[in-house]
Amino acid sequence: MTSVKTPVLEVTDLKKHFPVRKGVLGRVADNVHAVDGVTFSINEGETLGLVGESGCGKSTVGRTVLRLLKPTAGSIRLVGNDITTLGNRALRAHRRRMQIIFQDPFSSLDPRMSAGEIVGELLDVHGVITGSERKQRVAELFEHVGLRSDQLRNYPHEFSGGQRQRLGIARALSLNPELIICDEPVSALDVSIQAQVINLLMDLQQEYSLSYLFIAHDLAVVEHISDQVAVMYLGRIVEVADKRELFASPQHPYTESLLAAVPAPDPARERKKRLLKGDVPSPISRPSGCHFHTRCPYATERCRVEDPPLKEVAEGHRIGHRVACHLR
Amino acid sequence: MSSSVIEVTTPQPTPLGSHPVVEVLRKLFRIPPAVFGVVVITLTVFAALSAPWIVPIDPEEMDFDNLLSGISAEHWLGSDQMGRDTLARLIKGAQVALMVSLGAVGLGVLIGVPLGLVSVYFRGFVDDAIMRLMDSLAVFPSLLIAVGLAAAIGGSLTTVIVAIGLANVPWMARVIRSQGLMIRELDYVAAAEAGGMSHPRIIIKHILPNSVAPVIVQSTLSMGYAVLTEAALGFIGVGIQPPTPTWGNMLQQAFPMLDQQPLLSVVPGLAIFVLVLAFNFVGDAVRDVLDPRLKGVIH
Repeated sequence: MTSVKTPVLEVTDLKKHFPVRKGVLGRVADNVHAVDGVTFSINEGETLGLVGESGCGKSTVGRTVLRLLKPTAGSIRLVGNDITTLGNRALRAHRRRMQIIFQDPFSSLDPRMSAGEIVGELLDVHGVITGSERKQRVAELFEHVGLRSDQLRNYPHEFSGGQRQRLGIARALSLNPELIICDEPVSALDVSIQAQVINLLMDLQQEYSLSYLFIAHDLAVVEHISDQVAVMYLGRIVEVADKRELFASPQHPYTESLLAAVPAPDPARERKKRLLKGDVPSPISRPSGCHFHTRCPYATERCRVEDPPLKEVAEGHRIGHRVACHLR
Repeated sequence: MSSSVIEVTTPQPTPLGSHPVVEVLRKLFRIPPAVFGVVVITLTVFAALSAPWIVPIDPEEMDFDNLLSGISAEHWLGSDQMGRDTLARLIKGAQVALMVSLGAVGLGVLIGVPLGLVSVYFRGFVDDAIMRLMDSLAVFPSLLIAVGLAAAIGGSLTTVIVAIGLANVPWMARVIRSQGLMIRELDYVAAAEAGGMSHPRIIIKHILPNSVAPVIVQSTLSMGYAVLTEAALGFIGVGIQPPTPTWGNMLQQAFPMLDQQPLLSVVPGLAIFVLVLAFNFVGDAVRDVLDPRLKGVIH
């Protein structure tokens, strides 16, 4: 356990900009800086929780890592292999090692395919197994995610939201991936079902030593499932730390206010209210200096001018707790 | 405090998934005009297919004792100025009408749908190039293409089918593209992509089946228009040439006789009217069934 292992996923300075075109000739007038220099890594069997407000670029990070979107800059290494610029054909071999679970259990399943076809679909693509072996594998996957094998021939509309999400998980598991990108997998579910799905994901992680990139905006869910948590704001990671550390002593003012907004199920506890004012600035024309200075209660002159790098927090904190703030 | 036990039961799903196609047909037959349309089309197809057995008289045989006769025992629907049996010619014309509508729409679908799918899947430059090409094709009405083709290579069944078919191509491409635009962005397409599925396979397995519904509607409606266009071409004399009877050239030949024997014009005219109406009824009903949101909007 002491040897230094290659992380399952290593993302370095990843950028994804979407051009904003104008005029008849489609001149690139500006860029949406959806992801703007994001660096993180995930070890085997670990979960990195990625949180932030809607529009901060967390889903774009997930899709770019999967290479559903072409990265603008930076690098993505999957178990040591650089997949940043691979072409379609070369990428195919690596696709088996990372899969995705989506937020919307309705649009993530083809309504014209039976549950069995959906789960077995990717097995055919990679020609891993065929015939009776394939049938057996699909039935096995159904069982793993808590569905009955007599539901194989049902169509997606005959399942509930939670069951549909289980189908999506079974599909993601079918190729034995090492990394699963969970793009808000429980946000669309009832709270009671959320717990079931989260527990299922954690059980599967144990069993197959899966790594998760868990994208969410629900801090309670992230606290439950993650090992590390990264907080994103306007396309950048502003703070990353071990889960306990981050929740116990948040360093970035943004993290602080996010945590303060979590409802505590304890009426006696006094809450420090530090509600943020205003909206997230536009990712097209971003504020100068620290992107957060427009909403930060502690902002100084320096924050308005100089962009703070993501750096290790000094003494009194665990190694790996990094924050992008001039004041720390 | 009494603790109540809440019985938890999992709802049993229906044992066998009811196939969507069966569901669509069931709904279709609850719409009266659709039933009318299906009956008319079925009868026409039946008559056209069994023509050699149910037509006792050769449609080109001339009966000089009965020129321009009305309804009679020898000629159930009368005869024309050359004594040819109108019923026999009507059924022979039905064959042509169906071949043209099926051929033209088939050609439109065969070329238009793949173009539309490629366009929507690859987006960007490919999309622009294909759709501008479609726009330039849509500029020409099918009648104009047909007249041009007929002038160049002569009027025949093939010319008519190709002319009407070409005119259908841009519409088919547009219709599947408009639906595909939405499907392309759905998560199951992303899942297939992330799973390493090849582009053609994603298009065929996911995008095509889920965007095909409006194409079915468009096809049914286009079949009606194809019948109408074929008749128009026949009437102006650039379509399929006599002696092959078509409903269009029957009308053209009946036109000078309008005051002597109106029945001669009424029969093919009515046939065109009823068959086009039938295709439109079915097309409308299919649209209502496939896309309930549009119900009552386009009527």
